[in-house]
Amino acid sequence: MSKISIKEPSVVIREKRLGTINAFTGTASQIVEKSAKGELKDCKRKFSQCLGCNQQQAFCQLAMIRDAAVINHAPIGCAGEFADFNFTYRVEQARRGLPSQLGRYFCTNLLEKDTVFGASRKLEETIRLAYDRVHPNAIFVTTSCASGIIGEDIEAVVDAASEELGIPVVTCNCEGFRSKIWTTGFDAAYHTVLRGIVKPSEKKSNKINIINFWGSHVFDDVIRRFGYEPRYVIPFSTVEELSHISDAAASIHICPSLSTYMGAGLNQLHGVPEVLVPPAYGVAGTDRWLRAFGKLVGKEELAEEIIREGHEKYVPEIEKLKERFKGKKAYVTAGAAHGQALITLLGELGMDVVGAAVFHHDPVYDSGDDKLDILGQAVKNYGDVPDYRVCNKQACELVNALNRIRPDLILARHGGMTLWGAKFGIPSLLIGDEQFGIGYKGALNYARRIDDTLDSIEFIKNYSKHASNPYTKWWLEQDPGYFQGDGSGRGCAAGNGGF
Amino acid sequence: MSGAIEQPRFTCALGSCQSVVAIKKGVPILHSGPGCGVQISRIIGQGEGYAGGSTMPCTNAEESDVVFGGEKKLRDVVENSFKVIDGDLYVVITGCTAAITGDDVAAVVGEFQEEDKPIVYVEEGGFKSNNYVSHSRLVKAIIDQYVDKFSEDREVIPGLVNVFANIPYQDPFWNGNLEQLKRVLTGIGLKVNILFGNESEGVSEWKTIPQAEFNIFAGSWAGLDIVKHLKRKYGTPYLHFPYTPIGAKETSAFLRAVGEFGGLDKEKVETYIDREEKKFYSHIDKMASFMLEFRYGIPRRFYTLADASTALGFSKFFLNELGIIPGIQFIVDDIPEKYQESVLEEFSKISDLQTRDVKVVFDPDAGLDQQKLLEDAKDYEDKRLLILGSSWDKHIADELHADLLIVSVPVQHRLVMNCGYAGYEGGLRAIEDIYDRVLATYR
Ligand code: SF4
Ligand code: SF4
Repeated sequence: MSKISIKEPSVVIREKRLGTINAFTGTASQIVEKSAKGELKDCKRKFSQCLGCNQQQAFCQLAMIRDAAVINHAPIGCAGEFADFNFTYRVEQARRGLPSQLGRYFCTNLLEKDTVFGASRKLEETIRLAYDRVHPNAIFVTTSCASGIIGEDIEAVVDAASEELGIPVVTCNCEGFRSKIWTTGFDAAYHTVLRGIVKPSEKKSNKINIINFWGSHVFDDVIRRFGYEPRYVIPFSTVEELSHISDAAASIHICPSLSTYMGAGLNQLHGVPEVLVPPAYGVAGTDRWLRAFGKLVGKEELAEEIIREGHEKYVPEIEKLKERFKGKKAYVTAGAAHGQALITLLGELGMDVVGAAVFHHDPVYDSGDDKLDILGQAVKNYGDVPDYRVCNKQACELVNALNRIRPDLILARHGGMTLWGAKFGIPSLLIGDEQFGIGYKGALNYARRIDDTLDSIEFIKNYSKHASNPYTKWWLEQDPGYFQGDGSGRGCAAGNGGF
Repeated sequence: MSGAIEQPRFTCALGSCQSVVAIKKGVPILHSGPGCGVQISRIIGQGEGYAGGSTMPCTNAEESDVVFGGEKKLRDVVENSFKVIDGDLYVVITGCTAAITGDDVAAVVGEFQEEDKPIVYVEEGGFKSNNYVSHSRLVKAIIDQYVDKFSEDREVIPGLVNVFANIPYQDPFWNGNLEQLKRVLTGIGLKVNILFGNESEGVSEWKTIPQAEFNIFAGSWAGLDIVKHLKRKYGTPYLHFPYTPIGAKETSAFLRAVGEFGGLDKEKVETYIDREEKKFYSHIDKMASFMLEFRYGIPRRFYTLADASTALGFSKFFLNELGIIPGIQFIVDDIPEKYQESVLEEFSKISDLQTRDVKVVFDPDAGLDQQKLLEDAKDYEDKRLLILGSSWDKHIADELHADLLIVSVPVQHRLVMNCGYAGYEGGLRAIEDIYDRVLATYR
């Protein structure tokens, strides 16, 4: 178990806290076993492609707090994401029936001279400017590589500003180079909220924290039936709401890669128990999740009732669709825990998961026990995944693996990856809403979408005839994990897998 | 401007990687932090292209590189980029991390250049400038470190011109605009190196840059350095046309300027102009009744939040071809002070018939620009307004019930493929697009 401390302004990076790695070649059962034994080692790559950084993951959690402003203490380039998150923010406002609002994001616009003469003044000014323009209830200051390397005392600036303005002004140290694991950015944002916003609460409420991105509100009905109120955090909360999340009856993970730190933080600092069971993907997974939740809140009979109803309502149609998926080979590419959840779902739908390229791997979560181990459960229930690789979002590894495996279907979770299925003429599906696949209905949702995807091949087949491929013949003939480690194809990552 | 920016509408110096993506089989190699490529794609990217987005090689700086330097890693990534990605030209561009730690990129890339590999480097550091400025630095680097190798015994090819205009990806219509410029210049008898996008031959075309008879720069300021550099280096004269020519009037003016500068056969130029203008105005003629008689509102006044080339081009076009009057023009491209005067002067000349006092604000902090726009719009509540801007402006357009034509990044509310507004055809396309937005609002 990692010990969460909010005394320090910076979160401890995931590599150090959890032993997270970003390269592995082997099978799913091997990585499960090696995780349990603590035998996974990380390694470098001799070739790499654009990845994504901490700062972006942190920003995505802080950017949609409805009455806060965010300052990225960075040169203008690091603010490219502002527009993207503003778009998401506004689309999701409309879906939630909230009034139309702009995302209020500011960039300190660091220039060369600021890296020499210091940038503290600029940060002070930007905080004031953001305050005057927005009158927010909190201001978050995210750091970037440039502000990180300059290394000024940002804490002093925000503390003074907090005092002056009478609102929390909190740093989020998330410069891209700090961690090789981009999901450390989630931890950084949660650390910031735990440190600067969340207050201890005197009495418990009947609220359940659902630590999520901005997915659909699938938990409403079921949580209410158990007599509790769902509370989705962080996006679309207000500062005031966030300050009370310590009063929850429990926290739910929809994806432990995302929420491990927040779950453990609320537990260790404020005694909010976590529902420690893999997220409710697939029929068996949903059964197990409902039982665990029922047990936690002491309503086990109600859980059984909901399970019975769910089975009656959804399982017959799922079973019918399953017939059509028999013998189909599927491939998954996604962030760690969500990828594992997709493996679970596909297994549940009777498909043969022949391979997966997931972005990183957390051998353990902050809660410290293995009850959240989605992959372990998936392997137990649905069998091994013969080509399981941790690819650090390296498109070349995915492309290479797909070229060899040529599955019937690809399930992806991040942009830039789905594309490759289509280029090879393989039906590919990307579902942005993490909550789309949750519960019995979610399993049916996915089954239907997969059925549609397998059916609509005309576009894919036509496009694949004309698609460009920048990869050389040489590369496609190497092992997908060739660059992991020393670039010999037999480097440390392959060793990880026990070759 | 050096202050804080709300609603950025360009990116950092590293953003010139998109100019590499715009060259056929060009491969950018970023020596930067892990997130930089994504940041750039998010604001100016339009899909992956050939080797952009998540295909782009990148050293993904980590803590140890920042402390001990990242030269070795760069060497590995470059060496393997040649093996993994099939490219005609590779360009190493450095981000903030490498700039601060001071890696000797010249030395690393130099090793490959000695082996005669098609590779160049540009030392940027995101904070050193923005992508308006760095685009020129990139083009100059390609010329100096690569193209120049092929310039020995160069002979000027009569009628060959290099065209520098819209910055790839920063101008969302770069591809279409360049296509249109090439089309009209070819129309008056020139052989055109357009250098970026579909209509370019790719790297082989770049190799003939030193052989051009003259160069054309169509734009306000970002790119001017390139043609100046080529003049110094190869003595190639250049014509500077100070904005994007949109529609018949401006395109004809552009072609006449080119014809005169290049000493082209006047009759040939005029014949072409005449043919194109006839086509263009036949459509205007056909639809004039709509523009003059439509009973329900069509826009009468427009605001712009865009770069100087776009704002000028559209202002001239709107005023003269559509009768829409320019309101405040917010120039958000962080234009250096020394160029501002010339932009103001162009605005002062936008009417041939009268003096027009167009209010121009130079400020990349578009959050503040929007406040000023909202304030100004209060005086025009009786008018239907048009905003030429980006997706950032959807919010205020909705608030003002104004029409919004997105002509600047970030572009999230429309899809751009080969759309271009430059030239004769581009002008017609602009008219279609504006009235498409307007008419779609009716029940
Ligand atoms: S890696 Fe660093 S410089 Fe690049 S986007 Fe992330 S924080 Fe900014
Ligand atoms: S400003 Fe610097 S750190 Fe940020 S994206 Fe650009 S190069 Fe990367």
